[in-house]
Amino acid sequence: MLSIKNLHAKIEDNQILNGLNLEVKPGEVHAIMGPNGSGKSTLASVLAGREEFEVTDGTVEYLGKDLLELAPEERAREGVFLAFQYPVEIPGVSTINFMKTAVNQVREARGQQPLDAVSFLGLMKEKMKLVEIDQSLLNRSLNEGFSGGEKKRNEIFQMAMLEPKLAILDETDSGLDIDALRIVANGVNKLRDKNKAIIVVTHYQRLLEYIVPDFVHVLYKGKIVKSGTKELALELEAKGYDWIKDEVAVV
Amino acid sequence: MSAVLETTPLLSDILASVKPEAGLKADALSVLEQLGLPGNKSEEYKFTPITRSLEKNFNFATKNSASELKSIESFAIPGVDAHTLVFVNGGFVEELSRYNQTDLKITPTSGTENGFGTLADFKSDALVAWNTAAWTSGISIEVKANTTVSKPVVLHYIHDTSKGEVKSFTRNIIRLGKSSSLTVIEKQDTIGDQAGFSNIITEGFVEENAALNIFSLQADKGKRFHFGQTSIWQARDSRMNSFTLTLDGKLIRNNLQLILDGEGIESHMDGLYILQGDTLADNHTVVDHRKPNANSNELYKGVIDDNAKGVFNGKIYVRPDAQKTNAFQSNRNILISDKATVNTKPQLEIWADDVKCSHGCTTGQLDEEAMFYLQARGIDKVTARAMMLYAFAGEVLDKINSGPLKNYFDSLISERLHKNF
Repeated sequence: MLSIKNLHAKIEDNQILNGLNLEVKPGEVHAIMGPNGSGKSTLASVLAGREEFEVTDGTVEYLGKDLLELAPEERAREGVFLAFQYPVEIPGVSTINFMKTAVNQVREARGQQPLDAVSFLGLMKEKMKLVEIDQSLLNRSLNEGFSGGEKKRNEIFQMAMLEPKLAILDETDSGLDIDALRIVANGVNKLRDKNKAIIVVTHYQRLLEYIVPDFVHVLYKGKIVKSGTKELALELEAKGYDWIKDEVAVV
Repeated sequence: MSAVLETTPLLSDILASVKPEAGLKADALSVLEQLGLPGNKSEEYKFTPITRSLEKNFNFATKNSASELKSIESFAIPGVDAHTLVFVNGGFVEELSRYNQTDLKITPTSGTENGFGTLADFKSDALVAWNTAAWTSGISIEVKANTTVSKPVVLHYIHDTSKGEVKSFTRNIIRLGKSSSLTVIEKQDTIGDQAGFSNIITEGFVEENAALNIFSLQADKGKRFHFGQTSIWQARDSRMNSFTLTLDGKLIRNNLQLILDGEGIESHMDGLYILQGDTLADNHTVVDHRKPNANSNELYKGVIDDNAKGVFNGKIYVRPDAQKTNAFQSNRNILISDKATVNTKPQLEIWADDVKCSHGCTTGQLDEEAMFYLQARGIDKVTARAMMLYAFAGEVLDKINSGPLKNYFDSLISERLHKNF
């Protein structure tokens, strides 16, 4: 589904990704862990098409297409979804209006009829339950004045609405208390199926107790330096990242 | 203070075009002669080269040609049932106007109305002096005490330039009796592709507990050069709402001046300018708090594209007597193109010590992070931009109560911003 080869990326003059390789197949959940500054969020941003990052080398193939050639909105329409680490507050843009526009533009690109107001509201009600998000929140301006937990739930709600094939969760767990974390993770788990893949970028092992990954990768200095299964996450939690750094230094 | 005065060919033409008369007109003419038109060093017209524009585009030695306009249907505001008063090339056209006098009195301005010329100070501004000397027609509106005028009054300022350039000088006066209310809507339009200059002054007296709403729509696609001054005096417990929407025109200068001369007054001044091409829109506002316990609230927002220019100057005076004043002002701008500019300047002069006043101005570009967020959800760039700008403009639009006028403004704004969601 997603094949990243030798990916190099920089922002301004800072080289952040230094030859990253990753293969993701449908149905898989991959966790990307690593110390601060290792390039986790850069990877998420590059995959979603954030313009500030410049890809200097390497390829990203997604469902047979060159992902890097696509504009951010084209990626979204092809089924790539980024749950933002810091969802943006946009005063004056109602969440419902925004979601309806997004859903219908995505549907149009997929050759589907736009949803009318009634079917849209029906779909919305169904997905709201999934992440236990309240209608009153969605009547407000997009993320404006939302708590950290509400913002993250809104991200997962949007993900449910847009039905992506590849979801990238960028530190969706950071700053959440355990109840909010459970709700967010439940929402994600309900969206898991054999045709969809999820990349979970996280700093903490805690999330992975709720969203159990098939693979865990350690990102360090812009490269994946170690891959394993969920046990690797537990090991990282127990021992920290220093032993990884030492291992890399030895190599 | 004395200054060496130079009479430019433009000023000579202007002075010659105005027939000398006695009284206020003659006084104003001599003031105009003394002041001359504002040059590029004039503080009040620093960013708005009105004199140069007039020099370049008009010949004041010529008279307006006649218009054969038969209908104003294409200029009507959809769904708004109103008293419609039509000016064409500066003259009031009775045949095109539709109004009745059931709950208000509409007469041609005579210049002898009580208070005429006392609010718009012709001694300090040459453009005001010019109008005071040269006005040819206008409307006087009077509303009796305790009368709520059920229909708004729409003033159409039409330039028919199909046979040549147009210069128009209009002078209105509005008097609202105690506890009365009135809504006035002004609209500019041009026929033909030659230049037109309008100089329109409206003075308003809002007595105790009365309410005046003035909406000004400046969406003239023709070559409109405009100077306007609206000066409103408010007595205690009165309300005043002003809303100015500027979308088009070559050069638009709006002076808006509110005098809050009583307690318990509430005044709102809102403005939205969404400019493109080479339009210049300049809003100069003055709020003068003279008595205690009054509130004023001002919000002007601008979206400026292409080579367009925005100018905002907001003065707030709080006089020594005006304790417990609340005066808020905000001017926010988004520049879309590299060549778009805005000059914004708040000026607060506060002599009272127990007041709440704030002002703020910002100028920036579209928030790129927000744009990316919308695009990352599958929304194309054009729509994302329109969503952001519409949201930005919406804060001002929402100041208008819902109804056909708001719908009309909304449709014009949506069209300008390419809103398709």
